[in-house]
Amino acid sequence: MVSLRLPSMLHPLARGHSRIEVTAATLGIALDAVREQYPALERRLRNEQGELRRYVNFYVDGEECRRLGGVDTPLSDHSEVMVIPSVAGG
Amino acid sequence: MDVLLAIGTRKGLWLARSSDRRSWRVSGPQFPVTEVKAFAIDTRGSSPRLLAAVLNEHFGLTVVSSDDLGETWNEPEQAPIAFPEDTGAALEAVWQLTPGPGDQPDVVYAGTEPSALFRSSDGGKSFELVRGLWDHPHRPNWFPGGGGQAVHTVLPHPEDENSMIVAMSTGGVYRTADGGATWNPANRGVRADFMPDEYPEYGQCVHKVAMHPSNPDELFLQNHGGVYRSRDAGGSWESIEGGLPENFGFSMVVHPHRPGVIYNFPLTSPMNRFPPKGQCGVYRSEDGGGSWTQLRNGLPEEGFWSAVMRDAMCADDADPAGIYFGSRSGEVYASADEGEHWQQVAAHLPDVFCVRAAVI
Repeated sequence: MVSLRLPSMLHPLARGHSRIEVTAATLGIALDAVREQYPALERRLRNEQGELRRYVNFYVDGEECRRLGGVDTPLSDHSEVMVIPSVAGG
Repeated sequence: MDVLLAIGTRKGLWLARSSDRRSWRVSGPQFPVTEVKAFAIDTRGSSPRLLAAVLNEHFGLTVVSSDDLGETWNEPEQAPIAFPEDTGAALEAVWQLTPGPGDQPDVVYAGTEPSALFRSSDGGKSFELVRGLWDHPHRPNWFPGGGGQAVHTVLPHPEDENSMIVAMSTGGVYRTADGGATWNPANRGVRADFMPDEYPEYGQCVHKVAMHPSNPDELFLQNHGGVYRSRDAGGSWESIEGGLPENFGFSMVVHPHRPGVIYNFPLTSPMNRFPPKGQCGVYRSEDGGGSWTQLRNGLPEEGFWSAVMRDAMCADDADPAGIYFGSRSGEVYASADEGEHWQQVAAHLPDVFCVRAAVI
C-alpha cells in the first residue's frame, strides 16, 4: 500500500486522518484513489484538469515529484508520499 | 433591525453586525490567508444564506455557504464550481456571486476567472458552466486586465428569466435574451482608449455595471476611463462623467429603493489610481448621472492614498439605505443615511476586495 502523509490543515478533509493508504502504481493513480474517497481533499491537491497545484509539493520517497515524473512518477508498494505546502503568500 | 456587513479581503473574511448601523460588532478573520473576492447575502429564503468564494493560494478555490449567519460553514463534497474536462480550463477565481431573481429562489450565478458564467439551481451547492458564453467566438480575443481575465458582473433580469447582462475585463458587456444560449456584445458608445479603434464592438475594460431591479433597462457603468448610462438595456451608452472629478474608478452602486440614484468612488487616471488630492470622497447622483455631489462628512479629508475596488462598495436594503465601502488600505466605512454621514466600521484589515450588506 502507498502511504500519503498529509499536512495538519488538510486532516479535516480526510475525516481527521493524517495518513491515507491507497493502492496505486503512479502518483496520479494514487490521487485518483484519493478523489474516490475524499473529493474535497483531492481538489486541494489537483485542479479540475488533473494538474498538480503549483504550491503543493509531493515528496515521493524523499524526492519532489516534479524532479521525477510528475503525476506519472511510479510508486512501489511501500512508497511514501509526503504532501507539503510550499512557501508562498504574504 | 439588524444589519449584517460582510467584508471580504485579501487575507480572509470579517463579519460585522449592527442594530443601528452606527455601532458595529466586527468579528474575524474567518478563512485566514484566503482571498474572498466574492460574497453574497441571499435573502430570498425564510432565513438568510451566506455564500463566499474562498481562494487559498496553495489549495485552490471553493464556495462555502452558511445558514446561521457565519457561525458555521458548509462545503459540498464535490467541487461547487469546476470547468468541464473538455474545456481544458481550470478555475482561477470567482469574482462574483449573484443570487437570481426572487421567483427563482434556488438560482445563483457565479462569474469566474477565466471569463465564464456558471449557474446553480440548488442554492449555490453546485454550478454548471453556461456554455453559450464560454463557446462565444469572441472569447479568444478577450484578454486579461490588470487583475485577471474575469466575468466580474452578473445582472439577471428581475422578471425575464431569459435575459441577463454580464461584464468582463476585458471584453466588455454582453447580454443574452435566450437564457444564455447566445450572447451579443453591448458596448456601443463605451470607449476603449487602449485600442486602435477606440469604440470597438467589444474588448472594452468595463470595471462595473449596476442595474436597479425596478428599472432594468437603465444601467450604469464604470469603465476603465469613462462613466456611462444606458437607457435601453445596454443597446447604447452615453457619458455621465460630467460633474465627477475624474472618470476613472472601479465601483458603481445603485440605491436599493430609488432608481436613478447611484454612487461612485472616483480615482485619478489609470496611471495614478488614487482619490483626487488624496481626499476620500464618495460621489452620489440623484438624477441618473446628470449631476453629482461629493459626500465626505466623516471621511478622511487628506492623506487617503488608497482606492476602492469594484466590489468594495455596496448598499444594504434598509430604508433609509445604508451605503458601505472598504479600501485597499483595510478601512471600512458605513453611512446609515444614504451617504450624508460616514463612520468607520473597521481599520487595519487587509486589502478589502468586497463588501456586502443586508437586513437580516
